[in-house]
Amino acid sequence: MKTYDAIVVGGGHNGLVCAAYLAKAGRSVLVLERRHVLGGAAVSEQVFPGFTFSVCSYVVSLLRPWIIRELELARFGLEMIPLEASFLPLPDGDSLCRWSDPELTRKEVARFSPRDAEALGEFALAMSKMGRFAKPVIDAPAPDPGSLHPAKVIELLRLGRHFSDAPPDELELRLKLFSMSAVDFLDEWFESPVLKAPMSVSGIIGTFLGVRSPGTAYVLLHHYMGEIDGAFRSWGFSKGGTGGVSNAIANAARHHGAEIRTEAGVQRILIEGGAARGVVLANGDELRARTVVSGCDPRRTFLGLVGREHLPDEFAADVARFKYRGSSGKVNLALDRMPEFTCRPGDGPHLRGDIAIAPSIDYLERAHDEAKYGDFSSRPYLNVVIPSTVDPTVAPPGKHVMSCFVQYAPYHIKEGPEHWPERREAFGDAVVDTLAEYVPNIRDLILHRQVLSPWDLEQEFGLSEGNIFHGELTLEQLSFLRPAAGWARYRTPVPNLWLGGSGAHPGGGIMGAPGALCAKAMLASGALR
Amino acid sequence: MPAPTPFHARTFPACSSLLYKEWAGCYAVKRYDVYVDREYYAVRHQATVMDATPLYKYEVRGQDAARLLARVMVRGFERFAIGRVGYVCWCDEHGKVLDDGTVTRLGDEHFRVTAADPALAWLERQTRGLRVSITDSSRTLAALALQGPRARDVLRALIGKPADELKFFRALVTRLPGRAAELAVTRTGYTGDLGYELWVANEHALALWDALFEAGAPHGLLPMGLDALDVARVEAGFLLGGVDYTSARRAPIERQKSTPFELGFDWMVELEREPFLGQAALARARKEGPARRFVGLEIDWEDFERIYERYGLPPHLETGTSREGVPLFRGGRQVGYATSRSWSPLLKRYLALGTVEADLAAPDNELEIEVTCEYERHRARARVTKLPFFDPERKKA
Repeated sequence: MKTYDAIVVGGGHNGLVCAAYLAKAGRSVLVLERRHVLGGAAVSEQVFPGFTFSVCSYVVSLLRPWIIRELELARFGLEMIPLEASFLPLPDGDSLCRWSDPELTRKEVARFSPRDAEALGEFALAMSKMGRFAKPVIDAPAPDPGSLHPAKVIELLRLGRHFSDAPPDELELRLKLFSMSAVDFLDEWFESPVLKAPMSVSGIIGTFLGVRSPGTAYVLLHHYMGEIDGAFRSWGFSKGGTGGVSNAIANAARHHGAEIRTEAGVQRILIEGGAARGVVLANGDELRARTVVSGCDPRRTFLGLVGREHLPDEFAADVARFKYRGSSGKVNLALDRMPEFTCRPGDGPHLRGDIAIAPSIDYLERAHDEAKYGDFSSRPYLNVVIPSTVDPTVAPPGKHVMSCFVQYAPYHIKEGPEHWPERREAFGDAVVDTLAEYVPNIRDLILHRQVLSPWDLEQEFGLSEGNIFHGELTLEQLSFLRPAAGWARYRTPVPNLWLGGSGAHPGGGIMGAPGALCAKAMLASGALR
Repeated sequence: MPAPTPFHARTFPACSSLLYKEWAGCYAVKRYDVYVDREYYAVRHQATVMDATPLYKYEVRGQDAARLLARVMVRGFERFAIGRVGYVCWCDEHGKVLDDGTVTRLGDEHFRVTAADPALAWLERQTRGLRVSITDSSRTLAALALQGPRARDVLRALIGKPADELKFFRALVTRLPGRAAELAVTRTGYTGDLGYELWVANEHALALWDALFEAGAPHGLLPMGLDALDVARVEAGFLLGGVDYTSARRAPIERQKSTPFELGFDWMVELEREPFLGQAALARARKEGPARRFVGLEIDWEDFERIYERYGLPPHLETGTSREGVPLFRGGRQVGYATSRSWSPLLKRYLALGTVEADLAAPDNELEIEVTCEYERHRARARVTKLPFFDPERKKA
């Protein structure tokens, strides 16, 4: 029987990136995906005939430019279409649109506050400085503060200097970013709640925190680091849906000789003599490899596929404590025609970006309140995109697909998460009702509706507690603490087993960095020599 | 999409070239004709009107208005007479220039500030303890620049005798003929010529335009776009924020920032007075002296022509002013950069504005400027020249 150099469990974008790098380095690699389609949460599926949904993750920005270059993803089919605008309809009939053109944005913002319009440039400059500071942090393995190895110590010192080597005002800003709430942080720059509400939501995406919870300012930066073609803070659609990214990576991996199988669910990781030796598939087949990489989240990997009995107690306890508490769901709509917002009637460039239902900070806090006590928000924060406006491949002519990211939809509803299937449609209704306050005839336009609760995200996509980032992106779960102290460098306590998904440094989003850095660490370690 | 200014109904039909650019969120005509010449010659021989509405404008009012301006500007305004206009720059707390503009004292407790970048929040941040109010009139106050040797004749036809009495960098407030509308006139401009700027509320903008062109018809008055202005301002030796220097607010790195001394604003910095923003840093900077200086340069035309001759080509220049930065050398070492270059049709000289190491900034220093011809790099001689290049007596007379 063939022994692979590496078996990658999970054909999500990180697993595929890891496989592509290993294959490119000449190693024999097998990727095993449980579902019938590749991509994990970065997946495109024709859920209804003619309508292709980016079922889960729906926009791309953090995909590391060096991965695009090194894997030649453009050659293998990656095509990105930038989002032109960020549109905020308001219940009073007004609206705010932030454009990629800063002058235009300034004009829109000036209607609410000329002071804020003026501060936009300063804020963008400050955030781009912060982004440049954070970039080397997310593009390299996490530091290892416990190590006394000279190379590691030098690395840590360099990072320390990178952190402290800045004018005092910039240092101050960094500390604030690490400790403040998104709203408090934005308060330092802006006065208009109309501007602050949609900006603050970047600080809560994928967390169970509210926009006024401390620590959310950092998550704000995480969303500000997005980069397309060297331009920071730009977001884009992947042509054909976010599955397009995964498919391009898979094509690159195959080109370099990786073998990829779908509908090949892994039942457990084969542990012999305390080390990973391969996997056992759901159908009972046993496949052997010198190393196993998990693209699944830490809980599923260690407590599911490996088993507590093979783990050191302390590590098992850390992994069990790692916070997921999924807080978001997804509603995908197939529309008969272009929706029309009361506040800006007609079709237009404002619908070619993302649309935020986040009319005020209090609205967002109220949405959080309901979730804290086990209900989905009756009026949730929505981040809506209509990719068919710029990508005709995803809907029949004249028809559209509308993707609604919905927060808060707590995994732990008070009835218990397993009761989500009974609440699912009520949840979908709450989303449509929310939309109807801005697009009154939305119900007449809906041809098909797909509702995904965090429970569904867990059951169908294997995301523990429905967390879209494989564990919350909060400071205590980042860098050398992701997924556990001492184990942030892709290696695990189980010899030959590596972790290369979003539960590893630097975290979630269609970034590819965990997968790529994992592969690089494996190649450098000598494990595959 | 940029917004039309209140003059759009007149400027749009006149703009046969359809060449526009965006200026502070507004449509601004680059040139009305496809070629810039007619507008350029009009400003130097007749008179022109340019829509300057996109400028940012602030009304600073109240008992402490003068104190606020003294606090934020590099020159003091407490004893600034009513009816005076001052050109000034303002700095951050590190003494680095944020922007430059004019300050007009329209009344005992009323100043008008013009700026290239928005400055409302910035001004407001400095008002602690002062009885002062700041109103943003950027989009409610329309502005026209009436410039050129015949500008006074046109203005006289519009408002009568006060036109003759208005001195250089002075302001007057009158009424638009036949209307109750208040019209402010300042004897200022960005062309280095005789000229005025006219300020009126948006709703009277078209009436002002029409009245001006009626008054100006016998004097050959023409509308002028930004391209002709860009040549005129280089001849006048005026630097342009965002082109010849970077605002400290926009600069991502320190080296892009400038002190007033580096920009040749030494004359406007008044250090010995009540505390003002950047004072300590400016005192240090003055003591240390600038490391580089903003200068005028004249590029040796024969040298320039010779480079093209080698390829069998006649010398080639861009239309109007080139804003592409090019290196300056001395003895093979780069000593600075030119940021604006313009052929002066009037002076028949090839002019540049740039920044050079301070010890080479004295007039008549011989430098070299990079010239690219047929994708190959060459150097032509360039001599540091005293500014302004063009300074007609009529400007101040």
